[in-house]
Amino acid sequence: MNDLTFSFAGQSLCAMGSGALWWPDQGLLCVSDLHLGKSERLARRGGPSLPPYDSRDTLSRLAADIAQTNAQSVVCLGDSFDDLESLNGLDPEEKIRITTLQAGRRWIWIEGNHDPGPVDLGGSHLAEFEVGPLVFRHIAQPNAKAEVSGHYHPKARLRARGSSITRPAFLADSERLILPAYGTYTGGLYSTAEVLRDLMQDDAIAILTGTQPRMIPMPR
Amino acid sequence: MTQIPARITDWFTAKGWSIHPHQQEMFDRAADPATLLIAPTGGGKTMAGFLPTLSDLAAQDHAGLHTIYVSPLKALAADIRRNLRGPADEIGLSIRIEDRTGDTSATQKKRQRVDPPHILLTTPESLALLTSYEDAPRMFQGVQRVIVDEIHALAESKRGDQLMLALARLQSFCPDLSRVGLSATVEDPDAIARFLARHPDPCPVVQADPGPDPDIRMLETQEMPPWSGGGAAYSIPAVLEQIKQHKTTLIFHNTRAQAEIFFHNLWLANEDAFPIGIHHGSLDRQQRERVEAAMVRGDLRAIVCTGSLDLGIDWGDVDLVIQIGAPKNVKRLVQRIGRANHRYNAPSKALLVPANRFEVVECIAALEAAKAHDLDGEPRGAGPRDVLCQHILIAAAAAPFEADALFQELTSACPYARLTRTEFDACLDFCATGGYALRAYDRWQRLQQRPDGKWQLRDPRSAQRIRMNLGTIQDTDTLKVRLRRNRGGKPLGEVEEAFAASLTPGDTFLIGGQIVRYEGLRDMTVEVSRQANRKPKIATFSGTKFATSTQLSDRILRMFAQPDWPQLPAHTADWLALQRDLSRLPQRDRLLIESFPSDGREHLCVYGFAGRNAQQTLGLLLTKRMEETGLAPLGFVATDYATLIWGLDAVTDPSPLFQLEALRQGLDVWLAGNAVMKRTFRASATIAGLIERNTGGQRKSGRQATFSSDILYDTLLKYDPEHLLMQITREEAMRGLVDFGRIEAMIERIGNRIDLLRLDRVSPLAAPLFLEVGKVPVKGSAEERLLEEESLRLLHEAGLDPA
Repeated sequence: MNDLTFSFAGQSLCAMGSGALWWPDQGLLCVSDLHLGKSERLARRGGPSLPPYDSRDTLSRLAADIAQTNAQSVVCLGDSFDDLESLNGLDPEEKIRITTLQAGRRWIWIEGNHDPGPVDLGGSHLAEFEVGPLVFRHIAQPNAKAEVSGHYHPKARLRARGSSITRPAFLADSERLILPAYGTYTGGLYSTAEVLRDLMQDDAIAILTGTQPRMIPMPR
Repeated sequence: MTQIPARITDWFTAKGWSIHPHQQEMFDRAADPATLLIAPTGGGKTMAGFLPTLSDLAAQDHAGLHTIYVSPLKALAADIRRNLRGPADEIGLSIRIEDRTGDTSATQKKRQRVDPPHILLTTPESLALLTSYEDAPRMFQGVQRVIVDEIHALAESKRGDQLMLALARLQSFCPDLSRVGLSATVEDPDAIARFLARHPDPCPVVQADPGPDPDIRMLETQEMPPWSGGGAAYSIPAVLEQIKQHKTTLIFHNTRAQAEIFFHNLWLANEDAFPIGIHHGSLDRQQRERVEAAMVRGDLRAIVCTGSLDLGIDWGDVDLVIQIGAPKNVKRLVQRIGRANHRYNAPSKALLVPANRFEVVECIAALEAAKAHDLDGEPRGAGPRDVLCQHILIAAAAAPFEADALFQELTSACPYARLTRTEFDACLDFCATGGYALRAYDRWQRLQQRPDGKWQLRDPRSAQRIRMNLGTIQDTDTLKVRLRRNRGGKPLGEVEEAFAASLTPGDTFLIGGQIVRYEGLRDMTVEVSRQANRKPKIATFSGTKFATSTQLSDRILRMFAQPDWPQLPAHTADWLALQRDLSRLPQRDRLLIESFPSDGREHLCVYGFAGRNAQQTLGLLLTKRMEETGLAPLGFVATDYATLIWGLDAVTDPSPLFQLEALRQGLDVWLAGNAVMKRTFRASATIAGLIERNTGGQRKSGRQATFSSDILYDTLLKYDPEHLLMQITREEAMRGLVDFGRIEAMIERIGNRIDLLRLDRVSPLAAPLFLEVGKVPVKGSAEERLLEEESLRLLHEAGLDPA
């Protein structure tokens, strides 16, 4: 299977190669930082004009992961939209697509720094969300326990036999789990960045996404 | 007119000159619709071109523009203006001669449109820009003659294609226009003549006396050239000695970065304090002009330069040309050598300096080719359609047009003579709508058809944008470099944005021969301070990397077949003998592949001799095939003669890798997601007007532009792979950076004669490849395997259990 099972806060979780987190016991799929409508926002802000096919791509991958896991709940961990106006710029076709994905399952939008308010789509809008021992929120908080967050778009780099390999990565220690960004065209922050080194404990691990997710000690 | 007016012949006599036969012939042919003159530098080529114009203007007054002179270089236009002013004054002609280039002031430009001079000296881009104004027909009214200088250089690029489209336009304003081309020695004069003429007009070729053969040799040095690299620092003492012995020396380099490094080293070793200058395209204009002026005054003993001095500006008394690095192309070598000794009928003197051991072989091969007058050249295909799209937009900016008339007009330009109406209509549709995948977006809907059938701009204000994006030269994205001062210090030149992004304050680099310290970035300008005593980090301007020509590669392979090499220096001959001994030397009709382990990895060295670009493509295609067949490649590096691939497993049977059909299929798939394609797409999309070079006032940063063009590319690839721009990109890449044609030719030549040699270690010929820069990593199963290995090792080390 294209995922890696690991244990976090007493729960057995799966890091998927796509960058999604799957919690089999709860039937819960969590994705972070979709940044839907990024191209549309760039254009609106006077940046380069790009066709908004990136949203379509992100949603296709999400649909595939939902189909594969048959998730009962989907948690979008914030920054699902590049900003609140992005939603209006979303193709009607894509809105229908989201609605189709939502059918028959629980859907939770966590607020992010890019999309702080409620959005005009189905599903619940929450600042944070607790299930069992885990709390889901967008940005990691100091001294949090059993917290699943996103926001930083972490990636990790390792060198082997003269080659350098960089992948978006999950970061985890005994208290915290940070998800990689799921959206197409989202950049990343190396695990060696000061903010991530400060946030994560010394024994933190990184799980590199890709064809087969791989775990390594978090590069610092 | 049958005779040159007495005022002019008298002037020649007063100067003690006689009219050369080719100058007379050009005069006799003045009324022909098109004429091409082939003459060496210093052969009175410019006078031959202008003689009919001066004669005309001496015989009778002319109102408005009489002759347009087009050169590929702004500096050349300015130079010709100065060189023409003198004779015109001395002959007593009260005519106006002005240049118009990107450097001309706005006021001057405006005035020129209202009241044009008799002779206008300009560049292809400035001419195309002039045709985009509503008042173009009035300005060009009565033009008799257009002179295209250095047409051999223009004919090799899109700038030439654009120029021919502009001339087609011009010819419809002035049907009697005569076209004159001035060219250096080329391998196929008739092709250049056809390129120049209005299709299908004839175009006779006038040949001037080529003069004596050049005196050209390889520089002998005490030091041996190194195994790899392009700096040729070892040759500095010998080069200084040559500077000492000559009046003025031009030192040519293939790339700007190499020129900078060489200049720096030359300066450090310059104990006699010879005045030496540097000149290349990344330097600030004022800096370049200072060097040019010093050169004209004869103040400089040597100038370190790049292709920016390739073309025929008269720099006075150059008596030696030194070429650092293998010339890659015999024709360019011969043309560069022509820069020395501008006196007609005196031999030019030139020295070649190989930068590394392999280039010794290449330099000798080039010398032999130059002596045999065996010039190289690849015929150029049909005119590219991105230039055509730009031309359609330019036409729309000038006035509403009829599609039929425009098609008629532009098929009279030779590069587009075979354009089909369907192809034209597709370009027109792209200009009008952006093409299928983009038709929902307003910004790409630029033309609309009026009720009377004519096409016009949908928004007249877009004419301004079209003009700002005009041209086919692709600047790499560069940032200006300035000395940090209170308010804008002295400009030094430009560096690539990617290079600037890699700098942190305190880093040092070379520019214009000075070491400077990076202070910070402000308003898209790199601010630096002078720093004299630190070893510099090197400026990586992207100098063009030329591929060694097919003819030159063939010569090298023929040389390898010799039993021994008396013409080569001993160190190089010994090296080749050692290769023959331990492995084998590559042969022309076979393909040599070596396989050997080194440093914990397996290596494969493929001696294709297909030129840098094709060897690069071969590397990409072979690693892809290896990936498919489970050979776990990790990366590769390519030079002009070989590709070195490394991976986890040894290749034992090469034949499945080299099937043309499989490679071709691989090419299609691979091309899709490749960075080379994205770069090519970006260039074509900019020319065709899909991406803007300038957005009114605010400059888009290069990274932003790359970002958006990459996304556009991915989008079109996924949703509209047959979009016009995708077709153009594939065509461009195949003949340019991808150079698949040379791979096909190689595979056809070698058939199944592939020799795979298994060695126990690296061979003499392969060793330098390990030191090459520009290694390309391959992302695939090898990476997954390495990742697995490494993650297990790291987790084990950390005492973690991988669950």
